[in-house]
Amino acid sequence: MTEEAENIETEVIEEVKLDNMLQFLSFTLGDEEYGVDILRVQEIRSWEPVSRIPNVPSYEKGVVNLRGAIVPIIDLRERFGLGYLQYSPLTVVVVLQIQTEEGRTRVMGVVVDAVSDVIDVNKKSIQNAPNFGTKVSTEFINGLASVNERMVMLLDVEKLLKLDSLDDEYENN
Amino acid sequence: MSIDMSQFHQVFFEESFEGLDIMESGLLNLDMGDVDDEDINTIFRAAHSIKGGSGTFGFSAVADFTHVMETLLDEMRDGRRQVTQQAVDVLLGSVDCLKEMLTAIQDEQAINESHVSEYQKALEVELNGGGGEDVAAVQNDAVEVSVESSSSPVAQENDEKGWRIAFSPHADLLKTGNDPVRMFRELSGLGELTATVDFQGVPGFYDLDPEDCHLSWNLEVVGNFPESEVNEIFDWVEDECDLAIQTLTESGDTENNDAPIEQQAEEQSKEQTPVPAKVEAKAEPADKVLPAAKPATAKKEVAKPPAGKGSGSIRVDTSKIDTLINMVGELVITQSMLSLVGEHFELNKLDQLKNGLSQLERHTRELQESVMNIRMLPISFVFSRFPRLVHDLSSKLDKKIELVLVGENTEVDKTVVELLSDPLVHLVRNSLDHGIEMPADRVAAGKPEMGTITLEAYHRGGNIVIEVKDDGKGLDKDMLRTKAIEKGLIDEETVLTDKQIYELIFMAGFSTAEQLSDISGRGVGMDVVRRNIQSLGGNIEIISELGKGSTIAIHLPLTLAILDGQSIAVGDERFIIPLGAIIESINIKESMLNRVAGRGETFRLRDEYLPIVRMHEIFDVKTAQATKLTDGLVVVVEGQGLRCGLFIDDLLGQQQVVIKSLEANYRKVEGVSGATILGDGSVALILDIPGLVRLSNQ
Repeated sequence: MTEEAENIETEVIEEVKLDNMLQFLSFTLGDEEYGVDILRVQEIRSWEPVSRIPNVPSYEKGVVNLRGAIVPIIDLRERFGLGYLQYSPLTVVVVLQIQTEEGRTRVMGVVVDAVSDVIDVNKKSIQNAPNFGTKVSTEFINGLASVNERMVMLLDVEKLLKLDSLDDEYENN
Repeated sequence: MSIDMSQFHQVFFEESFEGLDIMESGLLNLDMGDVDDEDINTIFRAAHSIKGGSGTFGFSAVADFTHVMETLLDEMRDGRRQVTQQAVDVLLGSVDCLKEMLTAIQDEQAINESHVSEYQKALEVELNGGGGEDVAAVQNDAVEVSVESSSSPVAQENDEKGWRIAFSPHADLLKTGNDPVRMFRELSGLGELTATVDFQGVPGFYDLDPEDCHLSWNLEVVGNFPESEVNEIFDWVEDECDLAIQTLTESGDTENNDAPIEQQAEEQSKEQTPVPAKVEAKAEPADKVLPAAKPATAKKEVAKPPAGKGSGSIRVDTSKIDTLINMVGELVITQSMLSLVGEHFELNKLDQLKNGLSQLERHTRELQESVMNIRMLPISFVFSRFPRLVHDLSSKLDKKIELVLVGENTEVDKTVVELLSDPLVHLVRNSLDHGIEMPADRVAAGKPEMGTITLEAYHRGGNIVIEVKDDGKGLDKDMLRTKAIEKGLIDEETVLTDKQIYELIFMAGFSTAEQLSDISGRGVGMDVVRRNIQSLGGNIEIISELGKGSTIAIHLPLTLAILDGQSIAVGDERFIIPLGAIIESINIKESMLNRVAGRGETFRLRDEYLPIVRMHEIFDVKTAQATKLTDGLVVVVEGQGLRCGLFIDDLLGQQQVVIKSLEANYRKVEGVSGATILGDGSVALILDIPGLVRLSNQ
């Protein structure tokens, strides 16, 4: 009896655990590893030339034609102030999408060095992003996760894709 | 059998709103003196289908409300009731109320009960009160009306306590889509319903066709209502059943029910005002009705329904779809011909190939045109709301105004139609309020007492032009100028052309109305109107003559989705200039160049000095080939009355481009109105000329 009960209990715990698991797509920028919620990833493409948009910050690389839709491309390295890397055929664009409040889908591509892995992260093991003061902008980082001894910074895709806040920043600069 | 009814709701709402529009325009067109039966019939039919539909979908509040309207209309239709202005006003108010109810149901919000009952009461007063004004005015009429009403069912109600209905539908009743259960539900809404079913007609199991109706019913409805209401419920199935309706008192075997019936009848007659009292009480409620109707219309103007949620569906003329299908057929033929040529291609088939390609091009273009055509709606979709607006406002302002609509069939893109309506309402209200003078002033000025507002739409070039014209007092240039100086919008010394003075009214915070009214005059609005029009890619211009009237003309592109463009090169980047904005392209000679205050570059084009906008500078194109003005090309462009020369490297070619929104995934970019995809799959930005001029001035 008791054994059975215990079995059931462990099963329940297992289930709870599954509910708590989140999947992230991890990619690298320089030495650093970042992750985005895999449900936000629409597709992964290789870099292709963009049409430049005039008078915007340099990390907004421009727009491309993604099957008839005009999609902006953002360089995450430059966005996070990690310096510029020459684009190569191996440079990858991760196409992310979010649902806006009006229920529309908003799509944007981010340029990253390389895509590394799909990682499972337990919700509970996600740490809050440390506060570095003003030195490093952590506004796009949702939390930190540790995978195989490596630290992965989990990005807030909604914030990342909200260009309006970028607007303000750009104007303030 | 249960079907998910909600899937039909959208259709019901669309049809109902259409029906309401029909009712509204019908009511507005009613000529008091000489009423056309067909007009009333049209209104009645619209009301009837709304009632039927709402009953079917279980929106009983709407059905009940419409029912009262319908009864009133029915009496008008049969000539039992005079059509009075007052009745029409009440009906118009009720149409508004219905619209509100339907919108509430559509948005899944609660219906404003007090509002509804207010109108229902007004309707009932009108219904019970007979020909309102007539009675109050002429005593003889009153007698006539009361005689009439005594013969009408309303008067009979005290004698009747209910109805016995023998209802035996024909076998194929169900096949015509009628459901007895629904009718019973409506009956039970009238009063207490007792139904007994007669199973005798049901055949043996093997002969039974489940789609046939073999049952018949004996129904008894207890309640205080006229026979016509019962008849109405069975209206739809009249020809498909045997129906016999008797009063409960007429038939002998009511002993069992007698007591409760009487009780109920008593209760009901307590609730309702007795008939004799009604005739006397008429004058007073009749006065009440009007104020009740007015605040509601005023309210409607202030509290607008959440805008921007244009309907996602579109009604298309079948002929347009047929054209489309023909076109696709041709396209398929061309395609198969081309694939035949391609299968065993030899050089001598080159001509065939070229032929096929040119056909393909033609078909694609035609197909594109017809697809665009589907999005085109007649401008009457916008215009049709104005008769009501003018009717309401003119009576509110005590002005006499005639509205003339011209070119209602001019077709324009659906998006334009939807976005156009708010600015136009504003302009028409302005004309009504500020433009047209009071009748006395008009007569004094030697003009006809009746003012005229003309709404006219026509095509000119690739644009649609919509004019709001009034024969009112026109814009007073001196007053505008004084006002602008007063408000600190311009300096006293500023010299303005006529055009610039008229432009003042588009500035935010500018209002010349001496008195604020709830119609217009707060000085917000004209700037919004202009912004809306500009966001559609159009412009707005004013022509006015003091004392004679003003005309406000809106120029809009026919469609927002496709544009004739000129592609240009600046360095290795490509841009598109809307072809309509280009006046000419020239090579600049040194002698044409001038500098203003050392830095602003201008050039002389015939007798005009135009500023030069260097594309490579304002868009920061590092790869530009021409940096000396004499090396490149200058394209003279015009946007919103501003002219300038765009300095570019080269002109590439003309093509039709499909406009894609930059904002869908990105954001608005100054100097760019959108983007398009070029033949090679790359993206090119479409230039926004006024925006570029603004950008270069910064």
